[in-house]
Amino acid sequence: MFTATVIALLVAMVLALGRLYMGPSLYDRVVAANAFGTKMVLMIGVLGFLTERPDFLDISLLYALINFIGTIAVLKFFRYRTLGDSTPTGGERP
Amino acid sequence: MSAIIIDGISWALLSAGAFLVVIGALGLIRMPDFYTRMHPAGITDTLGADLILLGLMMQAGFSLVTVKLFLVGAFLFFTSPTSTHAIANAAFTAGLRPRVVDSAEEDTEIEDSGNKEPGQ
Repeated sequence: MFTATVIALLVAMVLALGRLYMGPSLYDRVVAANAFGTKMVLMIGVLGFLTERPDFLDISLLYALINFIGTIAVLKFFRYRTLGDSTPTGGERP
Repeated sequence: MSAIIIDGISWALLSAGAFLVVIGALGLIRMPDFYTRMHPAGITDTLGADLILLGLMMQAGFSLVTVKLFLVGAFLFFTSPTSTHAIANAAFTAGLRPRVVDSAEEDTEIEDSGNKEPGQ
C-alpha cells in the first residue's frame, strides 16, 4: 500500500510540475511549487516507511520547514526585489 | 486480529489521502483561474497530507516516529494556510484580479491588469 501511495504522489507531482511549466503568472508557479513541496514532504515520509527506514522523517520535517520559508522568500523577493531590506529606496511599507 | 484491523484502517486512510492528493493536482491543472487554483492546492495541503500522515501514524504505533509524524502534520497544518494567504495577498497586491463571468472569454494575464488600482 505504500507503493500505491508513492505512485499516486508521483503522479500528483508530475501534474504539479505541469502547472509549474504552464502557469501564466508568477503566482501560479509559486502555488505549484508550494504544492510540489508539500507532496515531496509526504513522499519522503512514505518512502521512509516503504524502505523500513523511518529516519527519513527528519528529512521530511526539514523539507517542510524549508518549503515554507522558500515560498515566503520568493514572494518577498518579487514584491520588494530584495531579500535583506524590507523598505528599499526609502519607499513606504504597503 | 487487531493488527489486521489497524492495517485496514491505515490502508483506507492512505488510499483516501492519495486520492485527495491526485484530485488536488488534477484541479491544479484543470482550474481556469489563479484564485480557483488555490483551492485544490489547499485540498492537497490540509486534508490529503493529514490523511496520509494519519495512515502512517497507524503503521508506526506509539513511538518516536509517531511524534515526528505529528510534528510534520502540525507544521503543515499551520503553515499551509499561512503560505496560501501570503500567495493570494501578494497576487492581489500585484494587481492580479479574479476572473469573472463577464470577462471569461479573454485570458486575464498579470500584464493586462497590472495598471489597475490595487484594492484596499
